[in-house]
Amino acid sequence: MPVLVFTESANGTFKKSNFEAVSYGARIATQLNTEAYVIDFENLSDDVLKSLGDYGATKVYRVANEALKNFDAGLFAKVLNDVAKKLNAATVIFSFNYSGKAIAPVLAAKMNAGYVAGAIDIPVMEGRTMKIRKNVFSGKAIALYAIHSENKIIALTSNTVAPEKTENKCSVENLEITITATDSKVKVKEVVKASGKITLSDADIVVSAGRGLKGPENWGMVEEMANILGAATACSRPVADIHWRPHEEHVGQTGLTVRPNLYIALGISGAIQHLAGVNGSKVIVVINKDPEAPFFKAADYGIVGDVFEVVPKLNEAFKKFKAGA
Amino acid sequence: MKFLVCISKAPDTTTKIAFTDNNTKFNNDKVVFIVNPYDEWYALVRALELKEKLGGTVTVINVGAADTDAIIRKALAIGADDAVRIDAEPVDAMFVAKQIAEYVKENAYDIVLCGKETIDYNGSEVGGMIAGLLDWGFVSLASSLELNGNTATLNREIAGGHETVEVTIPFVLSAAKGMAEARIPNMRGIMAARTKPVAVVAPSASENYTSILSYELPNDKTGVKLVSADNVSELVALLHNEAKII
Repeated sequence: MPVLVFTESANGTFKKSNFEAVSYGARIATQLNTEAYVIDFENLSDDVLKSLGDYGATKVYRVANEALKNFDAGLFAKVLNDVAKKLNAATVIFSFNYSGKAIAPVLAAKMNAGYVAGAIDIPVMEGRTMKIRKNVFSGKAIALYAIHSENKIIALTSNTVAPEKTENKCSVENLEITITATDSKVKVKEVVKASGKITLSDADIVVSAGRGLKGPENWGMVEEMANILGAATACSRPVADIHWRPHEEHVGQTGLTVRPNLYIALGISGAIQHLAGVNGSKVIVVINKDPEAPFFKAADYGIVGDVFEVVPKLNEAFKKFKAGA
Repeated sequence: MKFLVCISKAPDTTTKIAFTDNNTKFNNDKVVFIVNPYDEWYALVRALELKEKLGGTVTVINVGAADTDAIIRKALAIGADDAVRIDAEPVDAMFVAKQIAEYVKENAYDIVLCGKETIDYNGSEVGGMIAGLLDWGFVSLASSLELNGNTATLNREIAGGHETVEVTIPFVLSAAKGMAEARIPNMRGIMAARTKPVAVVAPSASENYTSILSYELPNDKTGVKLVSADNVSELVALLHNEAKII
């Protein structure tokens, strides 16, 4: 009973989160004395698909069907359920991202599978029960889950389990799945993607600013820092609510949750709702003129100072570092 | 149009998280429970706006014991017409989804709305599971919803942008920011909520697929390392040499 890993590239290229999911699936497969197979619905070349084999998959199945160019969580789950039956698989791994969050719960219902959404470590088997950790209470606690059902689905939180390269070879095979017109219920009419900008949810570094910036006209230095570091820009909720910055940038409990390697907070006090959206970040840097700002308690590094004085100096220092590096 | 809005009880966002019984249970002593914000601010309010524009009914449904009555009354005060409570302590998301799906099979609804996730278990699960169980269309992380006859147009968040999708009723959605603005119940709403009907329904049988064995709190940060504002290059050096992230 192989372990299946669902992958979705970013415009034809696989990213770290894909390698994480494949490596994760492969390590679970090893524990279960079986193999990990990748299932990909995009019509990608053998070479691109084989790049996933470096992380432990022994087979990549290409399910290329015109109908799958239209993202429909219900349709994708239906096809994955058929694939799982065909390959006699009981475990399916997703990345805990936009697509995984949409497809995995539908598939869980179709497969009668126990589902852990947002796992943060490699599961431990105890008989047929799988034990696995995930963040709960918006990152304020961790829960140890047990999946008791025969079929199991896990969506892996990005940046939590590092991908491991392996020596094995993998083959690419086509898999035909019958899709009928009534299988698809949701039709995509238009896709709008901001071009050129680094996507906030995938960014390794995020530069975020809050009300301490005093007005939208002062964001030049925030964007400059993001440019120097190759970072995405984000903001706190009040800043989005008063329309200084677009809502897509709002990070926090009710906005976007981010888990970058480095989160730099400029002039953000660090309300508990904001922290809930960023506390998964590996390293947090806080720059704020108020030494009592709660954000300092959640930070790894901090500078107590006026952002209007510190940030331009810091940008120069980053520039100098980048020029030397 | 008949709207069914799934609401969950969640600890207020400022709750101090603690556990009891050897870290196997959430300590709800003195915890203030609220309607899960995504369910209330986005799913419920958008359903009410559409009902006000197009006619129909808005029912809220909750899977919970009698202690969820307060949050059900809050949803009714905001404007829902009636409520259903499936009388069971929720085990996991699949349990909740099965209870709601069973109810929907017996009672016709056109659109089932959920919040994009609960702020306690953060799974983003129940909406998709209901859709899977009913074999209805599912739109996750929807940031807008417009109706034209039986066809709905929604925007949904995707990596690096958004997309516009179309689906015909019946379908399920999970609501994210942008869908609507929060409403504060007025005195009339609060008074009216007291007499609105709340149907208490016995749960249907369901096996448990997952359970939580124990909880732990994340390791505390070791403490912030402060760098002088006059020596910002030290921060750059720390990020490079110590944290090794630039």
